[in-house]
Amino acid sequence: MFSLGDLYKEVIIDHTKSPRNFGKLDPCSHDAEGFNPLCGDQLHIYLQINADNIIEDIKFEGQGCSISTASASLMTQALKGKPLSEYERLFEAFHAMATAGMEEEPDQEALGKLAVLAGVKEFPSRIKCATLCWHTIKSAIEHDDQPAITE
Amino acid sequence: MNIEKIRNDFPILDQEIYGHQLVYLDNAATTQKPQCVIDAVSHYYEKDNSNIQRGVHTLSERATADYEAARETIRAFFNAKSTKEVIFTRGTTESINLVASSWGNANIGKNDEILITHMEHHSNIVPWQMLCERTGAILKVVPMNEAGELDMAAFSTLLSERTKLVGVVHMSNALGTINPIETMIQQAHNVGAKVLVDGAQAAAHMRTDIQALDIDFYATSAHKMYGPTGVGVLIAKEALLNAMPPYQGGGDMILMVTFEKTQYNALPHKFEAGTPNIAGVIGFGQAIKYIQSIGLDKIAAREKVLLDYATTKAQSFAGLRQIGTAKEKACVLSFVLDGVHPHDLGTILDREGVAIRAGHHCAMPVMQFYKVPATARASFSIYNTEAEVDALFAALTKAKDMFA
Ligand SMILES: Cc1ncc(COP(=O)(O)O)c(C=O)c1O
Repeated sequence: MFSLGDLYKEVIIDHTKSPRNFGKLDPCSHDAEGFNPLCGDQLHIYLQINADNIIEDIKFEGQGCSISTASASLMTQALKGKPLSEYERLFEAFHAMATAGMEEEPDQEALGKLAVLAGVKEFPSRIKCATLCWHTIKSAIEHDDQPAITE
Repeated sequence: MNIEKIRNDFPILDQEIYGHQLVYLDNAATTQKPQCVIDAVSHYYEKDNSNIQRGVHTLSERATADYEAARETIRAFFNAKSTKEVIFTRGTTESINLVASSWGNANIGKNDEILITHMEHHSNIVPWQMLCERTGAILKVVPMNEAGELDMAAFSTLLSERTKLVGVVHMSNALGTINPIETMIQQAHNVGAKVLVDGAQAAAHMRTDIQALDIDFYATSAHKMYGPTGVGVLIAKEALLNAMPPYQGGGDMILMVTFEKTQYNALPHKFEAGTPNIAGVIGFGQAIKYIQSIGLDKIAAREKVLLDYATTKAQSFAGLRQIGTAKEKACVLSFVLDGVHPHDLGTILDREGVAIRAGHHCAMPVMQFYKVPATARASFSIYNTEAEVDALFAALTKAKDMFA
């Protein structure tokens, strides 16, 4: 049986209590808002991407549960200073992890620190909390006019 | 009152969730169903299944008789004047949409005003916004205070001869507040406005006498009063219903159809196009009989004792802020806990077997008023016990410790 500890790992609680890269980035080259209509989570992601396609800076603000906050916090840590190709690679890896079968072990190597969120797939009603920030950054980078929603 | 005996009427309660006895505290979302309701629904499918109102064979006659008997049971329960005023729908939401479309389109014009309150469920907001968009009418909102009580002075001021309809929730699902609908109806009638009462939450917890209160439109759902999902009722004054155009066209709502003209059926059938949720209606009737077998007044008295017990515990729980502290309230304990998001509470409590709701409760303006993204909500019913309230608070302590 999956225990609560699989979801609420120490790292997640830590990022909930003190989210990294929290705040507004002004000016920024890209930004977008995301909503999870189910639970009222709201996220705003800001990026500064330079001419060489490097994510020079990334910040987020918003109100959300511990899973969505920790996920956004970990995402900003993983992407700050990285090229856009790293965003693409991690997006795929994260998506694969969140939608993997229960028995599948997360790909530690591909995910790095983000693997701590693997427990979320055992809590189906919470997967959207973890993926909200990824949907939001996608719409920021692709300059979508519509706010991202978790579907 | 023997709660243990009542609990035995609800087979679903006897199960474990993650190794803990289920503690079901999400009754404002939907209540559980007693065996007699489950049996009435199965009996229909096992013995009487057939279409109603149109067959001459025995099964159809039996099904029609049971369907219409449920209509009479529901009429009597709410003390409507006649079964012609009792229209079956998919639930509160459809009942309100029926009124907003049929009555609204025929009676509302530019600059007319629709007055609702700050604590309405989305189902009593959005249909009126849509009507206002179609017609150029204006939506006005009665404010509330910190406790979650309507500002009755503001209500009086907002009412005028421009007000054509007042839409008010009898009991708020997000706050538990019971609104003073009797006074509101009198005042609305004084300026010539009609009143729609959203009875979705209140119906299972307190007596509602539609004639005594002089309610024009009353909407409620079976599933919040021990009945099946996807069935409910609109009860409205016969004269209003007669003057309203049909909502949907189709079978059962007609007397005579030619390609030139259709003559509509008499009430209530005029508003029941198509094959209805027959099993659901029969189950709804049985659910009302179940409530009557215990007694609504006894239910209300017992539920108040339980809410008081839970409220006292909530008041002494460090870091807990109650959302909704109206003097008149029932069955709902809505709250936020310092340092733990409601959504996390929902997950953590679930693992302790305690089912609560976390979210905006389809009342986003209420969340905006209290400046919270969401609340956690425990909501009680006749089968809940003090021990279950204790289990709730034990689980809350655990959640708090996890994030400490
Ligand atoms: C106060 C209130 N009004 C309306 C509704 C809508 O009821 P239904 O979904 O059964 O149409 C609900 C139920 O969520 C409610 O609590």
